[in-house]
Amino acid sequence: MLKDITLGQYFPGNSPIHRLDPRTKLIWLIGYIVALFTAGNWASYLVVFLFLAFVVALSTIPLKSILTGLKPLVFILIFTGVLNVFFTTGEKPLIAFGVIRIYREGIIRAVFMMARIFMLICGTFLLTYTTSPISLTDGLESLLSPLKKLRLPVHELSMMMCIALRFIPTLIEETDKIMSAQKARGADFESGKLMQRVKALIPILVPLFISAFRRADELATAMECRCYQGGDGRTKMKLLRYKLLDFKAFLLLVVLICAVILLRVFGL
Amino acid sequence: MTPFLQVKNLQHIYSTGTPFEHVALEDVSFSVERGEFIGIIGHTGSGKSTLVQHLNGLLKPTAGSVILDGKDIWSDKALTRQCRFKVGLVFQYPEYQLFEETVYKDIAFGPKNMGLDNAEIDRRVRKAAGFVGISEQQLESSPFDLSGGQKRRVAIAGVIAMEPEILILDEPTAGLDPESREEILQNIDAYRKAQNATVMMVSHSMSDVARITQRLLVMNGSHLVMDGTPAEIFNRAQELTDMGLDIPEVTRVFLRLRQMGMDVPNVYTVSDAAQVLFSMKGGRIDA
Repeated sequence: MLKDITLGQYFPGNSPIHRLDPRTKLIWLIGYIVALFTAGNWASYLVVFLFLAFVVALSTIPLKSILTGLKPLVFILIFTGVLNVFFTTGEKPLIAFGVIRIYREGIIRAVFMMARIFMLICGTFLLTYTTSPISLTDGLESLLSPLKKLRLPVHELSMMMCIALRFIPTLIEETDKIMSAQKARGADFESGKLMQRVKALIPILVPLFISAFRRADELATAMECRCYQGGDGRTKMKLLRYKLLDFKAFLLLVVLICAVILLRVFGL
Repeated sequence: MTPFLQVKNLQHIYSTGTPFEHVALEDVSFSVERGEFIGIIGHTGSGKSTLVQHLNGLLKPTAGSVILDGKDIWSDKALTRQCRFKVGLVFQYPEYQLFEETVYKDIAFGPKNMGLDNAEIDRRVRKAAGFVGISEQQLESSPFDLSGGQKRRVAIAGVIAMEPEILILDEPTAGLDPESREEILQNIDAYRKAQNATVMMVSHSMSDVARITQRLLVMNGSHLVMDGTPAEIFNRAQELTDMGLDIPEVTRVFLRLRQMGMDVPNVYTVSDAAQVLFSMKGGRIDA
């Protein structure tokens, strides 16, 4: 069922990770990605992995949900791995078969790249799993607010993002409903040749687009009725404030980055 | 003799293993015969919509079984698909599922999926359009040019055109004006009589179900709590009110009259009420 797609979904909870300020989590994610891309040997990867495992454990998100969320990305993971195995050159080929030459370096690199992508995705998933879309965009708006001085429409951008995120589950639900309704009329989405399958999507896409436009129209009217006119002079119901927990998180981030850099420099 | 459609100990749990886990149906059993007109009532979230989606194999029960014509609809894949044609399901606000260029093509979508030949499809489309009062001219127009009530009829016709032996409608009259409501209910009943089909209708309008159905299923908190004729069900007015359900207005008036000490029976339709009142005055109704 489409409903089981967990990509970008929010899992409500009350773990320390859930309670962190969204800005902390965004900065953490950036720092984490920096650490991940700085890491270059086994030890540093292990450190990043341990941090990830620690955060996952803290978040109380069941491991199963994280792994099911990864399912659609398995192809990219394997693709990257294979590409790296075949196209990295080193000193002495392990296997040489015609044009195919596999080097030791290639295999190591493939493993590193796959681990990197895997941890990257897990990290971003954790952010969306533990942060509601609204607080996420709130945090983003607050982090980007210095750019307002450059006349960048920060509020409008984050509002657009908020609306887009907000409507993902709604559209998924809608697609589900329309699919069921067309299935009830005997539509078959699971069998047939490629062209037939593409054609079978028309009865879903047409109503879906119509309803998306209708919703957009209704939302615009509703916002205008409440005198929405952009970010100027708008106050927030939930003010973002850093708490002790956030400072602890920042400290941890500094430790992580330092550890990875040290391991890289001294090449342990 | 085995019943036409039988539901046995049906259970459905949504999103098992996530924080969103939710039991929508628990131990629901009943059976249905040909030609019945059944109303399904219950509070929002009581499992009505989940229940009806099990009857044509759109949802797979987490426990229990749905038996159509003596065969479990999940026993093989072809059977599941076949049962979608035998059990026609009209969703809530079905007009949002229209997609074709013309009304004709949209109604023909179901029969086409059944693999019928063109002559048969044509016959069914025209017959279904006739049941719901769509004119020849409208058949060639775009479904998006029609009014809300007419779109609804087209969508219902799209399911009727498959000539299902059981027609299930999830709140077919929600959001329509009284005149359209009445017409659609009459259309549905006409289909039932013409085809000796079973009709099951989910509704929130107690006066509608009281007037038009012969049997009521009451859902509450994912359980089937009552199953009986409208008279039996509305006699238990207090229990219904406790569940947060309504009773027909006229039933409420008569209950109040009884509480005030008048000797009146329980009634649940306006015409019955009129009859009772006239007979109390010693008169009779002129047809």
